[in-house]
Amino acid sequence: MLLETWGIWNFALRFFREVFKPPYNLNELIKQFFQIGNKSLGLVGITGFIIGFVLALQAIPTLQPFGATSLIPSMIGLSIILEIGPVISGLICAGKIGSSIGAELGSMKVTEQIDAMEVSACNPFNYLVISRVLATTFMIPLLIIYADTIALLGGFIALNFVSDVSIGLYFRSVFEAISISTLIAPVVKTFFFGFTIGLVGCYKGYNADKGTESVGIAANTSVVISSLMVIIWDMLAVQISNLF
Amino acid sequence: MSDIETVIDLEHLKKSFGKSEILKDINLKINRGETVVTLGKSGTGKSVALKCIVGLIKPDSGKVMVLGKNIPELSYDELQYMRKKIGFVFQSGALYDSMSVRQNLEFPLMRNTDLSSEDINKKVEEVLNDVGLSQAIDKMPSELSGGMRKRIGVARTIIMNPEVMLWDEPTTGLDPETTRDISHLIVRMQRKYKVTSIVVTHDMICAKIVSNKIVVLKDGAYSDPGTYDELENSKDEFVKSFFEEVKNDENAELTNYQPSSDEKKEK
Repeated sequence: MLLETWGIWNFALRFFREVFKPPYNLNELIKQFFQIGNKSLGLVGITGFIIGFVLALQAIPTLQPFGATSLIPSMIGLSIILEIGPVISGLICAGKIGSSIGAELGSMKVTEQIDAMEVSACNPFNYLVISRVLATTFMIPLLIIYADTIALLGGFIALNFVSDVSIGLYFRSVFEAISISTLIAPVVKTFFFGFTIGLVGCYKGYNADKGTESVGIAANTSVVISSLMVIIWDMLAVQISNLF
Repeated sequence: MSDIETVIDLEHLKKSFGKSEILKDINLKINRGETVVTLGKSGTGKSVALKCIVGLIKPDSGKVMVLGKNIPELSYDELQYMRKKIGFVFQSGALYDSMSVRQNLEFPLMRNTDLSSEDINKKVEEVLNDVGLSQAIDKMPSELSGGMRKRIGVARTIIMNPEVMLWDEPTTGLDPETTRDISHLIVRMQRKYKVTSIVVTHDMICAKIVSNKIVVLKDGAYSDPGTYDELENSKDEFVKSFFEEVKNDENAELTNYQPSSDEKKEK
């Protein structure tokens, strides 16, 4: 455990040492943005919709008897934007993106493709790791914003089963409950989620042992560690935002 | 080109993995333009020595002098610079499977040179022609056979015009016909690009075709170098038995193998 933490820490330090060093792999970066972003839209969107929909369905019978139906949009908004949206989407991304990066790099390691880059003086860390970590760092926050939006829409649809609230009124109620300052922590933490998911996936894949089994292990441990890290970052974000 | 005569000089090289001492005392000098074949049984550390030379594995002690530089003492940037002069052909070819053949070949040039895309295209076509696979330029690695993958691996390596070539089991898993093709390819590359080579193999057809000198790895150390014929008639029981064993078990056809007139010319 300590060795693993030390390994990831050193890997992160190497990332920061090399991130501004040329050559810059713009094509690979764009490709990774596409792979990570575009190919996750479906899963993240469906999950977001179901979260919002279910949250509203469960809130309605609880609040309606007290005549508090008008509070449901702001409750859904606060729950989704501050906590449930980022965390659930972060975990979904850890599963989908973290495992895919871990397996891809693990497979490249096992088939000596990473060694081949190394011996041809191509610095595989620069080419493979920097592009993937940058892509997850910037794309996962966008995916989470997208998931939150879909979740809010899901909540609106569920709420329409019991009341005829307009979409304008619904979103006005949602955003009245949220100030810009309350948005800082949930937005900033998603960058940490993205960075961690990319970094851990790359670390596990890049350091896979030489064997087919190790590809599976790399994918699996990527998901386990990055999911745990998402939860830990979330806890820290709540603690820090409570200080201000 | 550097004017150093001894291109590779291994001195008292040692490497252990855990408690297992793989390389105990490796000594070898290779002069410019020579091709040295390393024979040895599986798991004896032939590839480990090769990976020490290119800096993929750090030895526990000893010197690995390549083109006058001691590889284990180089910084990462210095090592990267040296690696531009060293080509390494992997047993599996190690092609980048997300890239087409063209992209595989362009990759090291785009990363390490300032060549224009036109010049890169020309070089790609030239090396593909050298390995006889011009028609495969737009294929993906998954569409290639084992022999083709190895040839493309060779092409990707020679495209950087290395001074030293390290071949890790270039003919393993190939049929005798393709083994000969690849072996002749090695000889052709050596003649055309004047490279100094180490070929790790346990394939006697390949060893006979490509070698100037052969060393046998036994108990973590190399035997004295000799030509194929010298070692075949060696009085050392291990070296002799190795040749006989391989002859009997794996390459029975070699007993009757005589180089063709073309092969003799190439040699």
